Parts: sequence; structure tokens; C-alpha cells
Amino acid sequence: MTDAITMVRRNFTHTLRNPGAMIMTIGMPLVLLLVFVGVFGGALNVGIGPAQHSGSYIDYVVPGILLMTVGYGGTTTAMAVNRDMTAGIISRFRTMAISRTSVLTGHVVGSVIRTLVGTGLVIGVAVLLGFRPAGDPVQWLATIGLIALLALALTWLAVGVGLLAKTAEGTAPFTLVVQLLPFLSSAFVPPDSMSGAVRWFAAHEPFTPIIDSLRGLLLGTPIGDSGVAAVAWCVGLALAGYLWARALFRRDPS
Amino acid sequence: MTSTSSVPAIAVRGLRKSFKGTVVLDGIGLDVDEGTIFALLGPNGAGKTTVVRILSTLIGADGGEVRVAGHDLAGEPDSIRAAIGVTGQFSAVDNLLTGEENLVLMAHLHHLDRAAGRRRVAELLDQFDLVEAARKPAATYSGGMRRRLDLAMTLIGDPRVIFLDEPTTGLDPRSRRMMWQTIRRLVAGGVTIFLTTQYLDEADELADRIAVLDHGKLVAVGTAEELKRGIPGGHVRLQFGDGAGLDAAARALGEVSRDDEALTLQVPSDGNVAALRALLDRLELAGVEVDGLSLHTPDLDDVFFALTGHPTETTEAHQ
Repeated sequence: MTDAITMVRRNFTHTLRNPGAMIMTIGMPLVLLLVFVGVFGGALNVGIGPAQHSGSYIDYVVPGILLMTVGYGGTTTAMAVNRDMTAGIISRFRTMAISRTSVLTGHVVGSVIRTLVGTGLVIGVAVLLGFRPAGDPVQWLATIGLIALLALALTWLAVGVGLLAKTAEGTAPFTLVVQLLPFLSSAFVPPDSMSGAVRWFAAHEPFTPIIDSLRGLLLGTPIGDSGVAAVAWCVGLALAGYLWARALFRRDPS
Repeated sequence: MTSTSSVPAIAVRGLRKSFKGTVVLDGIGLDVDEGTIFALLGPNGAGKTTVVRILSTLIGADGGEVRVAGHDLAGEPDSIRAAIGVTGQFSAVDNLLTGEENLVLMAHLHHLDRAAGRRRVAELLDQFDLVEAARKPAATYSGGMRRRLDLAMTLIGDPRVIFLDEPTTGLDPRSRRMMWQTIRRLVAGGVTIFLTTQYLDEADELADRIAVLDHGKLVAVGTAEELKRGIPGGHVRLQFGDGAGLDAAARALGEVSRDDEALTLQVPSDGNVAALRALLDRLELAGVEVDGLSLHTPDLDDVFFALTGHPTETTEAHQ
């Protein structure tokens, strides 16, 4: 436990020393927010229509942007874990009589907190741009809880990717997935407006119920059964990511 | 070696390791007495780093028995980890942290209390000449400074056995000498050192005992003197101005290897000054003019050639 706290502290110092990690986490989502609200917002608002969604487009798109923020947070974690592996500091930790997985715990806790701060900043900017959340305190708590759970899931997956990749470039597939999946979900437009296989995929991929739940919680609208699906996906992905990362970490380093 | 240490600091029997079907270590056995320096000498790819990685609990072995600091490697790896320190090619510092923060991190991981940790960090910064750079990120350190910080981090926990994997590879001569001094100081304090090196002179300079590793097998174990004895690599090279001089010298000296094109003779020598003087006296008596003389001491290539029958560069081709 002491070792894990030491490692979390190490991770905080890294974040402070390396502001690029935070910029990378929130930079791209903020750009997408500006593009989708400023450029496509008017057209999309008309297209999505009041039947799907009442209010302005920014209210519709922010939950998806938050999910992307969490995804980019995972990307920086994958690269940080990979840097630890390739720079050899993890080899040093492994030859010391410390808790085996404390270094991973440090990354995960540090990353989840960094991601929560990042999503908070994104929400702040969104409010400045006209985002009007309408959730009550319980719904806000549920929002934070769901984002934290999602961050936990994506972070464990990112740790696995970071452990698996032989170089920092090797983490690119993870980045691609977290960049691409939101577009094939309900993040920017409702899946109902998509066609064929894309529509089916968007309706069934994990990000859609998570985004729908976040949207309902933030706007104070009913979320139906997407809440259960969202939590189930997050817990499932977190568990899978954790077991995968643990198995990778137990291998002999090459 | 002290008479009280009946249990060796490191004891290895029949150590085996393969990677994807390639045998890297093929039955290694060695003992290292407490408070001594043991050097594992060999060319790149001989398996030196693999030995260190196994002995330091980083990777598993396929077979064999290993005891480090009295603990069984297979059964009590954590007891071994508590007793050892590792610095090497694969060990590293945290680039984003400053030198001081790196040491404080190690102090925390060794569960030193605040005051003791701070004292130890200050001590090591001073000892390793890192006081000025203490507040700078390790990423900005030179190669020599990184190596010193790396070793300082290893020493925070006062390890009884230290593994140094090629501690001076890539260092400039001054840093190299500083590293040697540090290693000697550690051993004087009772620590056992297991180091790997590609350099015979380093092993010669530091080690109480040397083992030569080739193709995953130990081809020789002994003191530097024992290893170098009888190695034909040491010789005096005599340069002559013309063929007549070469002929005359060859007649005067008897059995020597000659190179007619380069007009040189190679006379076996262990670098003994008296023998060298006698050699020159014989040439003067014979009235031979020597243009130039150079002394060649045996190097790793010579040791290798003598022990394995093939030079280091072509080890793969001979397999």
C-alpha cells in the first residue's frame, strides 16, 4: 500500500513536470468541440431535430467530447507506461522488494485523477461556449462516477497496450480506436440517422450507451436502460483490461 | 574472502536458459565469496546480461539452482530482492524526475523514514558528485552522471550484493576510473559485487575472480593471473628497416613468428621488463638495428582465442 502511494506520487510529479500529457488529453477534444459546435453545429441541430433532442447542438455533443477526453487520457497513460518499460525503470522496480504491481497502480490512479481534472476543464470550456447542463446533484455525482468508471476501464486497457507495445509508436492502435469509436457512436449524431452496418455497429458498441447515459445525466433527461449497459460495459472492460495488464506484467520482460 | 563466510554470496549450479529454442545459457556454475568482486567476461551476445537478469530475479531460469545472499532464487525471490541492488544496461533512472527526486523515490520504496531518507539522499548526492545537478531533471544528465545516479539509486537500500551489468560501457576514461574507485570502495565496505564486462583490463583491474563466458558456457574461471598465464596474445613486435636486419634478428632470436612483408618479428612476452632488456641485449650483441618496438599485452580477443579457439568477432560463424 505504501509503495502504491509512492508510485501515485511519482505519477503526479510526472504530470506536473510534463504538461504535454494534460494538453494532449484535453486539446484534441476541445478542438473537436469547437469544430462540431462552431462549424457543423447549425446544420446538425436542424438535422437531429427536436424529436431526438431538444436544446442546442452543444448540449448534444458535450457527452461524446467528454468520452473522447477520457480516451485521450488513456492514450497518454499508454505512452507513459510504455516509456517506463522501454526506459528500464520498471526493470529496476522489479528487482526491488516492493509490491509487484504498485507501479501500475500508480499509473492507473494518477491517470484517472488526471482524466477527471481534464474532463472538468472540458466541461468548463463547454459551459463558456453555451453548454447548459441541467442535472441535479445526484445526477452530477452519477456523471462523475460514470466518467471515473470509464476512465478506470480505458486506463487499464491503456496500461495493457503500453506494456504490450515495444515502442511508443506501438501504442498508436489504441489511439486510433479511441479516436474512431466515438464517430461510430451516438457522440456526434444519433445512430438512427446512420445507415446499414454502421448503424448497427453504432447502436451496439460500448461507447453509445455510455454517451447516452452521460447525456441523460448531464441534461436531466431519462436514460432508460442505457445506464445499466454503460456500467456493465465499463466494469467488463475494466476487469478485462486489469486481467490483461496483470498477465502482461507477469511475463518475463524481454 | 574471509574465513567466517562459509556460505557464498552467490552460488549457481547448472543454470540453463533458452529463448525461443535458442540456448543462451547452457549449464552455468559459479560461486562468489562474500565481500569479493566477481567479473563475468565475454563478448556481446555471450549471455552475460541474461545471467545478471536471472540472478537479480528479473527473469526466470529454465533449470538449475541459484542462491543469492543465502536465499533460494525459486523459493524466496523477495528475500533476494531485499538484499541486492542492480545497476546495468537495463536498469534505469526516471528521466522526468530530478536526480534528488529519483533518490527520494528509492528511499520511499525502501521504506526509510523521512529523516533517514533525507540523510541518505544527501550523502549519496555528495558521494557521487551530484550535488550541483541534484535539482535538474535526469533527462539532462550526461552519460557518466546518469550512470552515477543509477548506482546511487541502487545503493539507497544498502544492498549486500550488487549486480553491475557493464558498468563502464560507453563511459569516458575519467568516468570509468571514477566508477572503478566507487566499486573498490563498496567492496572495502564488505559488499559483494558481481559485474559483467567486455573489457579484460576492467576485470583485471577490479576482480578477485573472473569467469569467461562463451556461447552460454563458462570456458574458464580463475584469478586474472591464472587466466592470463600462458595466453599467447602478449608479445613484443619488432620492426626492421630491411630484409637483412629481419633475417639477422630472426637468427639471433630463434623460434619467433616473422612477417616478411611488414618486416616485423613477433616475440612472445608477458611484458616483463627484465626479459625485454635481455631481448634487446641479444639483438645488440648480434649487431642488429631495430627500427621500432611495440609491446602488446593480451586483450580479450587473445584470451578468447586462447580459451575457445576462435576470435570474438566470428563467434557466430563458428557455431
